[in-house]
Amino acid sequence: MRTYAVQRGLLAIVQLAVLSVLVFVLTSLLPGDAADLRFTETLSPEQVARLRDELGLDQPAPERFVHWLGNVFSGNLGTSLISGGPVAGIVRNSIGATLVLTLATLAVVVPLAVALGIVMGTRENGRLDRTITSITLALSAIPDFVIAVVLVAVFALKLGWLPATWIGGDLLASPALLVLPVAVLFGRTVCLLSRQVRAGTITALNAEYVAQARRLGVPRRRLLLRHVLPNAAVPGIQELARTGDTLLGGVLVVEAIFAIPGFATALVDGVETRDIPVVQALTLTLAVAALLINLAADLTCNRLVPRTELLR
Amino acid sequence: MSEALSRRGFLGLGSAVGLAAAVGCGADGEAAAQPKSGGRLRAVYAGGGAKEVLDPHVQSLFVDIARHKALYEKLVELGPDLKPVPRLASKWEHDGTATTWRFSLRDATFHDGAKLVAEDVLFSLARIADPAVPERVAQSSLATLDLKRSKAIGPATVELVLTAPNAEFPALLAGIGTQIVRNGFKDPTKPIGTGAFKYTSFEAGRSLVAARFDDYWDGPARIEELQILSADAEARANAVQGGQAEYANDMTATFARTAEAGRTVKIVAAKASTMQAFVMKVDQAPFDNPDVRLAFKLLADRQRLVDVVLAGRGEVGNDLFGKGYQYYPAELPARERDVDKAKALLTKAGLVGKQVEIFTADASAGFVEAATLFAEQVAEAGVRLKVTTGSPQTYAKDLLTKGAIGNHRSGAMPIPQYVTDRLLTHSPFNVTHWRRPAFDAAFAAARATTDEAQRSAKYGALQKTLRDEGGILAWGLPDYLVAVSAKVQGVQAAPPNTLDQGRFDKVWLT
Repeated sequence: MRTYAVQRGLLAIVQLAVLSVLVFVLTSLLPGDAADLRFTETLSPEQVARLRDELGLDQPAPERFVHWLGNVFSGNLGTSLISGGPVAGIVRNSIGATLVLTLATLAVVVPLAVALGIVMGTRENGRLDRTITSITLALSAIPDFVIAVVLVAVFALKLGWLPATWIGGDLLASPALLVLPVAVLFGRTVCLLSRQVRAGTITALNAEYVAQARRLGVPRRRLLLRHVLPNAAVPGIQELARTGDTLLGGVLVVEAIFAIPGFATALVDGVETRDIPVVQALTLTLAVAALLINLAADLTCNRLVPRTELLR
Repeated sequence: MSEALSRRGFLGLGSAVGLAAAVGCGADGEAAAQPKSGGRLRAVYAGGGAKEVLDPHVQSLFVDIARHKALYEKLVELGPDLKPVPRLASKWEHDGTATTWRFSLRDATFHDGAKLVAEDVLFSLARIADPAVPERVAQSSLATLDLKRSKAIGPATVELVLTAPNAEFPALLAGIGTQIVRNGFKDPTKPIGTGAFKYTSFEAGRSLVAARFDDYWDGPARIEELQILSADAEARANAVQGGQAEYANDMTATFARTAEAGRTVKIVAAKASTMQAFVMKVDQAPFDNPDVRLAFKLLADRQRLVDVVLAGRGEVGNDLFGKGYQYYPAELPARERDVDKAKALLTKAGLVGKQVEIFTADASAGFVEAATLFAEQVAEAGVRLKVTTGSPQTYAKDLLTKGAIGNHRSGAMPIPQYVTDRLLTHSPFNVTHWRRPAFDAAFAAARATTDEAQRSAKYGALQKTLRDEGGILAWGLPDYLVAVSAKVQGVQAAPPNTLDQGRFDKVWLT
């Protein structure tokens, strides 16, 4: 277990290094820089030129990268090219709403997906299995923005039961704000997750050791919880870790439609304004989070079903 | 192609309904209702994320402008016809040559209780001009102000001296980023102005909260609290329909159509108050030939562009900026479509059968659609217009350097300012590359003319030249659309950047 964790951790660090270079290169390839984008009706070309000079954008890209990397290692995420404020503040401000949204979604999705997966797995190809499959598959096939627009139109604008946006709303004061965004994200993830649990359940149910336990007269409930679920959970947990990526795509759409000032909004704003330090910091944060989640998932699986071949 | 056709048909039908509804629904019908005091108004604008600023001299987004307008004021604002109207300056006069100006200040109070004095004005102008801070947006428009020779004549009178005569100087003081701050103002995060609302809190990309200022010189606002929030178009639409906001700025024609079908939201439309155009570079082939420019102007089916691209919410343009504004030559005849004449001109120029590239981007609503539709209209004369779509974020800059023809749009501003920024040899945004020393000289002479009728005549003649020979093909004048909840009264239909646009001290909630 320990060597596995160390190997897995080292891999994560290498991935992080590659990623930070990639982000820098890719953002440098975007057309225009932060000063160019201020070139609108209000700032004259002379003002823009002075601005570029002031922001240090006239230095060559490798120089800026080294400078940035040095800063990151000393714990300084830099200064926003747009607001002039610290990047760390932007990251901190934007992460809260997204975290609440993601955790709330997981709190709904995980128990439901596991329950559905087991129900489907134990009734393989039965009528219930096929019904749930059709419904969840249909849900996951509808694009997020379509679900969002329909839900908003019906439950917020038509019936007036729920708020249509987060605008001016404080989440803690009215948790009703969470309902529609979570519903949208739920549709995106529940299908894949429950499919994995279902597959795991079927595999475990057909395994020799379960047949043996059954022959020994282990009660069905105990059999499912003690022997089937841990094995069925492995693909589920790995899928859950992957759900992070899927969720992020959904969070982007949800944040835009419900005006949630979160992580995805900040990232899109950063790209649109070529605020490279912000984009880098957000991407890096995201990468670290993704690596940690995957690491945790792999370690959990390794713990649940200690098999070395899990190390890929 | 049948899908595209049916879509157009649908839009055309919708626009007819929309126009009928717009006539019956405006701000005028509410004048009879009795104003009430109290309540909170939430107004939503397109956000700028971290780009949003609290510093009134560094603004450029509508949301910033609205926020600063609540907290701060200018000496001068612009009326519905873009003509200067007094605000913190109650009146002004010049020395007869429009070089030295005296502004009398109003008896106004800052949020900290201090009275407005001449030193505050001088300090504010010096802060704007500070070369160490290039983001102070009014720097270039106020560049001719000679601060060393400007001075306070008394506490309530300030004398401002220019390096060159300019009869439009008051309008420049009404431009973007010209707010008056307290003498010694240093920390923009602690805003103290003379505006109708005083600062409570601000978060970039999210919201400004402000409370009614009871000592406001123009009479305290009716609403008690004002929140100005940021959100995308979709969220703005949902918020104002779902009751999370009472005011939504800059809405689409599509939204207006659906909103007007219901009862909860009213659309306030500032008719034909902005401009959509194609710009041809007069120094680049094929548009260096005046015949080609004229032919393209004759080829535009303006009504169709307005019906399709603007969903009918706007008027056709006459290749000039600023219809309805001060100095606009309204007597010029409308340009009619004439494919035969255009074809003759293009044949003469040898352009028939050739290809021209139009550079566009999704930088503003309708740009790509307008370019695509115009390409179809130009094709009728045998010229292929190839639509190239670029990056929306860098479009403002790309337009200056890429393609011989592109999309252009302009908000509301006084006509002389439009010319100064875009049509003089050294203009920063001279997108048509219109550079004529004689035009520059005639414009400078007009601007220095102190007699208003004479000045107006001179500007009119210059605009006629632009319309006939220039590179601007102004095909449409979109309405500026604002959505308000049915509970909100007193919202004026005013062009953007004018006094009554985004003005919340005169509105009330029922």
